[in-house]
Amino acid sequence: MDKMIIKVNNLSKNFGSIQAVKNISFEVKQSEIFAFLGPNGAGKTTTIRMLITLLSPASGDATINGHSVIHQPAEVRKVIGYVPQMISVDGSLTVRENLMLMAHLYDVPYRECDERIKQILEFIDLEKYAGSLVRTLSGGMIRKLEVGQAMLHHPDVLFLDEPTTGLDPIAKRHIWEHLVELRDTFGTTIFFSTHNMEEAEDVCDKVAIMNAGEIAAIGTVAELKERTNKKDATLEDAFIFFSGNELQTNGNFHEIKRTRQIQHRLG
Amino acid sequence: MLNYLLQLIRKTWVMAEMEVRKLLHDPTELITRAIQPILWLGIFGEALSKIRAIPTEGFTYLQFITPGILTQSITFVSIFYGLAIIWERDMGLLQKILVTPTPRLALVWGKMISAGVRGLSQAVIIYIFTLILQIHLQITLLSILGVVFITMLGASFFTGLSMIIASIVKTRERFMGIGQIITLPLFFASNAIYPISIMPSWLQAVANINPLTYMVDGLRVLLITGNISRLPFDIIILVIATFAISFLSAYMYPKVVV
Repeated sequence: MDKMIIKVNNLSKNFGSIQAVKNISFEVKQSEIFAFLGPNGAGKTTTIRMLITLLSPASGDATINGHSVIHQPAEVRKVIGYVPQMISVDGSLTVRENLMLMAHLYDVPYRECDERIKQILEFIDLEKYAGSLVRTLSGGMIRKLEVGQAMLHHPDVLFLDEPTTGLDPIAKRHIWEHLVELRDTFGTTIFFSTHNMEEAEDVCDKVAIMNAGEIAAIGTVAELKERTNKKDATLEDAFIFFSGNELQTNGNFHEIKRTRQIQHRLG
Repeated sequence: MLNYLLQLIRKTWVMAEMEVRKLLHDPTELITRAIQPILWLGIFGEALSKIRAIPTEGFTYLQFITPGILTQSITFVSIFYGLAIIWERDMGLLQKILVTPTPRLALVWGKMISAGVRGLSQAVIIYIFTLILQIHLQITLLSILGVVFITMLGASFFTGLSMIIASIVKTRERFMGIGQIITLPLFFASNAIYPISIMPSWLQAVANINPLTYMVDGLRVLLITGNISRLPFDIIILVIATFAISFLSAYMYPKVVV
């Protein structure tokens, strides 16, 4: 029987009077690529932040490989990796130093650090740039480095918040090739949020459609399309069918500003 | 418990090491930061030393203010660590580090030590400048070790303070305003550029609870007067204040991401 690595039970979160996440429940299987699909402001980032222990839930609980995000946050942090939407590497350090920093923070044993960093540099094709300052790299290389940082300790689950925002199509394809290879090689569960329909349709095993803080539907891409009862339905048709909305990707002032900043930094 | 302590030490070291590596990759910051204390000593100090209106316990005015200028310089370096945290939050780096299994205290202590290293670089520059200006300072092994220790403590205290401010104000714009509002009064309400004895009584009361006063006093003892009877008291006050602020900062600053 497949192991459920993430179990979310009636999770909710309020910001003042706004209920950003409303009693959501779902499960994710081990080694699955799971997409969290929804427009900006749907509650995707808030949910991820609760699962990675950055935010405390208002009610409910979730477990990552059996560890409660509320009662055992320190244990959860040992078994996850996280790639934020924003650029989260230090431009003033070299590629190797950025990897070294995360290896130490994730308790990779000292004796194994050099070997792991070497493996990761090969895996993300950045061996030639190991000694380069990160601020001199391209956007695609930076994202690959971030993925590399998050997998140094061989996490059970890798969380990515809109991992391809601001990247050109070629860099996007490369990132996904690496993520799929990561899942195939290490059996890592990949949980990512996106508002990009094609991305979700191409790579994921399962999709949850989130809208206005709720899970509107969950299933494989094929299942969701089938449930629309429409011939040749696309994932976008499924999204409209379940959420009652067209996918608005523009977002509010703050979200647009942030997306543009990311695009600018990624060049 | 032992495991936690080992983690704390190991990860504090890692955080501090990476901050120092950043400095080594681009040391120009050290030079630009040295301009301000040089101006204070070379222009303000030189001009006021001609007036001879301020009682300086038998030393020249330039000797008297050198520890004060060093303290001010360290304070300015440290207080902007809060800005660095807001910047790291905006970048996403802080969130990524906060979800690693790292004690919050290690993140705070790592920043504090790196601020101390930056502070020491200021001390070296000011030492060299005092030689050029022919300001006589005590340079013995004890005084050098003492200056290193007090610099690390003072830098740590003000780094912790700035991280707490960052966790409250949360934006760069507000931090810049608050940073200025806090650093200048701390400097003027201390014994950095004039002795406490000439202040009105209410300002004396403020100066006596200002950690900057104890930092200046400790450095003045080590660099000029050599009267070490007051030194243990200065150091005890600074150690208590630094530990207290580091624990408060470790509790407060992760809130900057919420």
